[in-house]
Amino acid sequence: MSGKLFRNFSFLSATLSFFLLVGIFAILFTYAQEAMQEFGFDFLLSETWEADEDDEGGIFGGYIPIIGTLLSTLIAMTLAVPLAMGIAIFLTEIASDTIGKPVSIAIELLAAIPSIIYGMWGLFYFAPIVQSVFGGNGVGLLTAGMVLAIMVIPFMAAISRDAMNTTPLVLKESAYAMGATKFEVIKDVIMPYSKGGIIGSIILSLGRALGETMAVAFLIGSVMSIPGSITDPTTSIPVLLANNFAEAQDLEMSSMYFLALILFVVSFIIISVAKFYFLGRKVK
Amino acid sequence: MAKDKLVMEIKDFSFTYSGAEEPSLRKINLPVLKNKITAMIGPSGCGKSTLLRAMNRIHDLYPGNKYEGKINLYKEDGTKENILDLKKENDFIKLRQQVGMIFQKPTPFPMSIFDNVAYGLRLSGTKNKSELEGHVEKALKDAAIWKETKDRLKESALGLSGGQQQRLCIARAVALKPRVILFDEPTSALDPLSTGAIEELITELKKELSIMIVTHNMQQASRLSDYTAFMYLGDLAEYNTTEKIFLNPEKKLTEDYITGRFG
Ligand SMILES: Nc1ncnc2c1ncn2[C@@H]1O[C@H](COP(=O)(O)OP(=O)(O)OP(=O)(O)O)[C@@H](O)[C@H]1O
Ligand SMILES: [Mg+2]
Repeated sequence: MSGKLFRNFSFLSATLSFFLLVGIFAILFTYAQEAMQEFGFDFLLSETWEADEDDEGGIFGGYIPIIGTLLSTLIAMTLAVPLAMGIAIFLTEIASDTIGKPVSIAIELLAAIPSIIYGMWGLFYFAPIVQSVFGGNGVGLLTAGMVLAIMVIPFMAAISRDAMNTTPLVLKESAYAMGATKFEVIKDVIMPYSKGGIIGSIILSLGRALGETMAVAFLIGSVMSIPGSITDPTTSIPVLLANNFAEAQDLEMSSMYFLALILFVVSFIIISVAKFYFLGRKVK
Repeated sequence: MAKDKLVMEIKDFSFTYSGAEEPSLRKINLPVLKNKITAMIGPSGCGKSTLLRAMNRIHDLYPGNKYEGKINLYKEDGTKENILDLKKENDFIKLRQQVGMIFQKPTPFPMSIFDNVAYGLRLSGTKNKSELEGHVEKALKDAAIWKETKDRLKESALGLSGGQQQRLCIARAVALKPRVILFDEPTSALDPLSTGAIEELITELKKELSIMIVTHNMQQASRLSDYTAFMYLGDLAEYNTTEKIFLNPEKKLTEDYITGRFG
């Protein structure tokens, strides 16, 4: 009896999450209609975002925030993946318990800090450092990307570490017993064995970096211009949405739904491709 | 017995795990004879694995263990070296290439069957493809698993059955042409048929190399081995030819153990 109840309940939750997904998509799609009909495919390539004087219409294009989102995420991931892997390997294979334990705890605490704090810290302390090292005026793509990297590293490292820790001891020992060095054991046994978990951690971090609003809003500069260099300010989809939502009307509102839809679809595609491509091929 | 040559020799060997107060092995003296199978038997916790893991210094993956005494490894030319003197990672690697190890559970690496067997060879510097192929084929044949694997060398080794995986692990060890292979209860996770295949294989292997095997199966020890060491609570209680140990042991303790009166 209770088994049946539980089955129904889990079935309900499972279908609910599916309908939620479809529902969100449908709403974004509906509200984006006006902009889609007005601008069509050109929306992706147009750099202008200007409302008319009377706030009724205007020209809206998503090129800059789309590029800004992709670039800041790319910078973040390029920095975060190798560093997070290095930390995870250090924690599982190299560090002694006396160093490993405190570092592990610190990593977990860092992963729990709300993003607005990273944004504030980034603006007041990190941006000036970036400015003095790389030039520019402090806020911009590079600063946003670097702080995004700092934000996702603890999370990525913690999950990868947990995945690497599941490698059975005898498997490592038998590689050592074949005359492997520590480096070879990491490369040939631990990494392939925990591949699924490592890729999972990267995908989740990627999703987080793509959609991050608060920290990026502080750091990317929030200006509608194409970044000419890596330190230039620009904007990103979530930042533009957060900044303009309060005043926007009609066509601008619809254009923002269009942007949200693009972000939704892009995240969805990246995550599904990564998931099916990598996790589906995991050795049986 | 006098004509048999030594390949390894354990002398007054004591071992204490990191943080343990009492040694797990006390003053062990045990020869390992060339081209012979030496079985190690004894109740659980008596130190069989501990001794085996000292013989290729796998213990050294973990810090803080204490050794005393000597474990000599004899080279082809008759000279010997005390493996407890080794300090550098490079020396451990050379030792482990000469003294291979097979574990209780099969441990195929998450890669193809071919790459599993080629693994040790690649580590030790063999790059040439046709040379690798030749060695891999030979090792798989030596481990009596060539027929089952020759058409699926590129497939993941994790798709093999438990018994096949264990023979693959043996092939992987054999490919390095070690002088000694240490087996720690290699069949305790396998069905009788696979066990039979592995036993046959081990008997075949002794033509080429020397074998030390830990087992809880008295029939296996008596069927397979030439010499038997009986361990008890960290001591080597009795060592002799397998025939003598099983038919006419010197100690009451040994007799009680092999007749199943305890343990
Ligand atoms: N990593 C370790 N640290 C501390 N003590 C250990 C460790 N491993 C084993 N021991 C102890 O050393 C003794 C010998 O253990 P060992 O594993 O060698 O026994 P064994 O004869 O192989 O037993 P089994 O037949 O159950 O495999 C036991 O008392 C055990 O508790
Ligand atoms: Mg054991």
